[in-house]
Amino acid sequence: MNAPANLKYAASHEWARLEADGSVTIGITDHAQEALGDIVFLELPAVGRVVKAGEECAVVESVKAASDIYVPVSGEVVDINQAAADAPESVNADAYATWLFRIMPADSAKCAAELGALLDAAAYTATF
Amino acid sequence: MPLRTPLYDCHLAAGARMVDFSGWEMPIHYGSQIEEHHAVRRDAGMFDVSHMCALDLTGADATPWLRRLLANDVAKLTQPGKALYSCLLDESAGVIDDLIVYFFTAEHFRIVVNAGTAGKDIAWMRKQLPGFKAELTQRRDGPDALAMIAVQGPDARARFWTAFPATRAASEPLAVFQAAGHDDWLIARTGYTGEDGFEITLPAGDAARVWQKLLDAGIKPCGLGARDTLRLEAGMNLYGQDMDESISPYEAGLKWTVDLKDTARDFIGKPALEGNNARPVRNQFAGLLLLDRGVLRAHQKVITAQGAGEITSGTFSPSLNQSIALARLPAGVAIGSEVEVEIRDRRLKARVVKPSFVRNGKNLI
Repeated sequence: MNAPANLKYAASHEWARLEADGSVTIGITDHAQEALGDIVFLELPAVGRVVKAGEECAVVESVKAASDIYVPVSGEVVDINQAAADAPESVNADAYATWLFRIMPADSAKCAAELGALLDAAAYTATF
Repeated sequence: MPLRTPLYDCHLAAGARMVDFSGWEMPIHYGSQIEEHHAVRRDAGMFDVSHMCALDLTGADATPWLRRLLANDVAKLTQPGKALYSCLLDESAGVIDDLIVYFFTAEHFRIVVNAGTAGKDIAWMRKQLPGFKAELTQRRDGPDALAMIAVQGPDARARFWTAFPATRAASEPLAVFQAAGHDDWLIARTGYTGEDGFEITLPAGDAARVWQKLLDAGIKPCGLGARDTLRLEAGMNLYGQDMDESISPYEAGLKWTVDLKDTARDFIGKPALEGNNARPVRNQFAGLLLLDRGVLRAHQKVITAQGAGEITSGTFSPSLNQSIALARLPAGVAIGSEVEVEIRDRRLKARVVKPSFVRNGKNLI
């Protein structure tokens, strides 16, 4: 199963990447997109929304079903991927290139702890 | 232990993702549900429907028994192979199941019922048999088990004849809802997609070989996912989702299947549909077209000027590139009016339409 080593993973199938500016980019994993099937709609959070780790933050809808996306780190939503919302099938095409939203943590130490609690690629792929 | 059809290994070989469907391990898709959907609208796809249950009915009283059992009237079937869609009702006119019955002779019929309801259907039917000279035999398992393959799409018949040229003479003259035998196969011009095609019933032992020949003829294997989006676009009810025992055919958009022409005919459920003791008809069956972005799903609440309704089936329509639904709405809601649907914490706009969105490749909206 495709899970790049430079990302961190939640057991609920989101990936997270810490960027140079301290923000964290979030998407869903290749395993998640495959399980969902053809994705037809993304409901992304409002920019400016403040979220806590573990909160429902977005919804990915495939032809089959709606699936909640949980934010793995706390902070403020600073950007959403409008191009992905306009072409939801791009998540199926490349789940790691097609990020969903970006979080700017208020507290970088807390963020480091939250990221540290996530799984690495080997541990994530071992969950299924 | 999940139940499996004779085509189980063929599904795995074709890369199917298998899911549980009423206790049956069935393919949901073979890669992309949307591509399978388009294959049926534009070319040809095939579905394993062997989990549905075929029953043979024979006996001197087969016709009078069916005229008592079914809301539609088999008396109008006179041509061998002619098929009829009907509801099976209980005494309160609740829908026990919907089914297709094929006429062979006045003393010989084939009934095909849904997979998940077959057990209760057979029990109900057997309860109605005493007093009638008729015998009911299930053909889903055992030594005489049958398999069923639906080939559907504008090119489905042509591709089927490429695979099985010898069947052409018998099957080319078939009108819609008409079947013909070919050796020990039954080829019916029926389906559940809104497209042309055949449903072929054949001995279980032939199924894998036939499936492979159909694959070789360029017919794309399609799973239950595409079957659901196709039937929803065609506005066809799914038993257990759009209707059940709590609903009468008059509230499920199926009044056209209740045959009242012969006023002397007394079928099960009739007193609850017509006359002084008829149950009130408070709801109508309608289609919804989502005007905002999102996806309609079963059980979402519909807010109308006449009161609340409920979505019974909803999906994203690959043909319309927009979300559609079948819904049960208060009786007064007009076709063309705008309503709201509650999706999570939002209210989205939808238009009420006739419950038929796409048929024969054509957008009806």
